Amino acid sequence: MAEEVILLDDFWSSMFGMRCRIALAEKGVKYEYKEEDLRKKSDLLLQMNPIHKKIPVLVHNGRPVCESLVILQYIDETWPGKCSLLPSDPYQRAQARFWADYVDKKFSDLGRKICTAKGEEQEVAKKELIDSLKLLEGELGDKPFFGGEMLGFVDLAIVPFYTYFLAYETCGNFSIEVECPNFIAWTKRCLEIESVSKSLADPQKVYGFVLHLKKVNGIE
Amino acid sequence: MGEELKLFGSWGSPFSRRIEIALKIKGVEYEYLEEDIFHNKSALLLKYNPVHKKVPVLVHNSKPIAESQVILEYIDETWNDNPILPRDPYKRAMARFWAKFIDEKCVPTIWKSFMSGGPEREKAHEEACELLSTLEGELKGKKFFGGETVGFVDIVASFISHWVGPVQEAAGVDVLTEDKFPMLYKWAEEFKNCPVIKENLPPRDKILAFFKARLEMLTSSYKNRV
Repeated sequence: MAEEVILLDDFWSSMFGMRCRIALAEKGVKYEYKEEDLRKKSDLLLQMNPIHKKIPVLVHNGRPVCESLVILQYIDETWPGKCSLLPSDPYQRAQARFWADYVDKKFSDLGRKICTAKGEEQEVAKKELIDSLKLLEGELGDKPFFGGEMLGFVDLAIVPFYTYFLAYETCGNFSIEVECPNFIAWTKRCLEIESVSKSLADPQKVYGFVLHLKKVNGIE
Repeated sequence: MGEELKLFGSWGSPFSRRIEIALKIKGVEYEYLEEDIFHNKSALLLKYNPVHKKVPVLVHNSKPIAESQVILEYIDETWNDNPILPRDPYKRAMARFWAKFIDEKCVPTIWKSFMSGGPEREKAHEEACELLSTLEGELKGKKFFGGETVGFVDIVASFISHWVGPVQEAAGVDVLTEDKFPMLYKWAEEFKNCPVIKENLPPRDKILAFFKARLEMLTSSYKNRV
C-alpha cells in the first residue's frame, strides 16, 4: 500500500510546525505539505484536530497525530532506521523528554510577554528567558548538539524558537548573543544543517508577523 | 550491584501518586520519601530537581528523573513487564496526546473550577464540564483508556478518579457526577477497584480536610476582596 503522509502547517509562524518539518526532513520522509490559513481553518484541519483545532497535524495513512512533541516521537518510532531523534538509553531518553517539556513550559509564554508587555513585566520576562537559555547552555555543555554528535529531540524542540529571537531582541531591546553566546553558537551549528535551514522561517518575516499581531491586537 | 530506587513524593500530590501506581503495576520495590512540599522541601529534593523543585522525582541508582509523565515513560522503558504504553506507534501517540490533554487542559481548569470565586469559577466550571465530556468521549465504551488493562492515560487520569471526588465535596461543587458523566464515573469506579490501585488510594479524609481548610482560607480572602 502506498504510504501517504500529509503535514498540516502554517509555514512561517509556527515554531511547532517547524519542529515537524525538520524531523521529516531528517528522516527523509516524503510528505505532502498543506498550508493552513489560521484565520480560516480548513475542513481537513478541523476534522483531523477537532479538539484543539491547531497546527501542526501529521496525517499518516489517514490517521492524524497532533501536538508537535507527540508528532516528533511518532515520527521517530515510525521511521526508526535513519537519524534517531531520541537516544536508545531510557535515562537519556528521559532527560531529552524533560528538556523538551521544559522548553514548552517556558518559552512561548516568556516570548509573548517580551513582545507585548512593558516596564517591569517585560524586564522580568527578559531575565527569565536569559536564565532559561543559560540553563540550557549548561545542559548542552561541550557537546555540539543537545543530541550529542548529531541533532536530537531537544535540538528540534528548541531551534525553531530561534526564529523569534530577532522579534524578542527588538521588542525587548536586548541582545541574546551577548548574554548567551554558547546558545547562539549552537543555533548557528544547527542552521548549517540543511533540514534545519530549509525548515525554519526567516526571522525578519517572523518579526514582521509579530508587529502585525501587536497592531491587530492594539498593542503598542 | 543492588538496584536502588527512591521516590520523592507527597501524600496529597496526584502527580506523585501516578508514579506509585506505575511502580506497583510493575511490581518494582522502591523506597518512598515523603516531602513537605508546602513548608520545607528537603535538600535532596532540591538537589535532584533543581529546575522545578517539585515532586515527584524518581532516583534510580542515583540518577534523578523529574516530571511525572517523563518518569512514567522511563518506568515503562526500564521495566518491561505489564506495559503501560502500547507497542504500536500510533496508539502510543494517542496515549501521549490524551495524557497531555489531561495535564494541560483538564487539571488546571478543574482546579480553577474549585479554587476560584465568583464569575471566574462559573466560567471554569463550564469549561471543566466540556473538557470532561471530551475525555469521556475518548473512553468509547472501553473499560479503561488503555483498553482491557490500566494504561498510561488511566494513570495520568487518576487525578480525576482519586482527587475530584473529595475536592468537589470540600468545594460544594458538582463536577464529576454519575448522571453528568456516566461513563467517566464508571471508569473511575472500575479503576479504583483494581487490586493494585485499591491498595494505593490516597487518604480521602485527609484530602477532604486539607481542601476544606484551603477553600475556607481562599473564600474568606475572596470575600474580603469583593
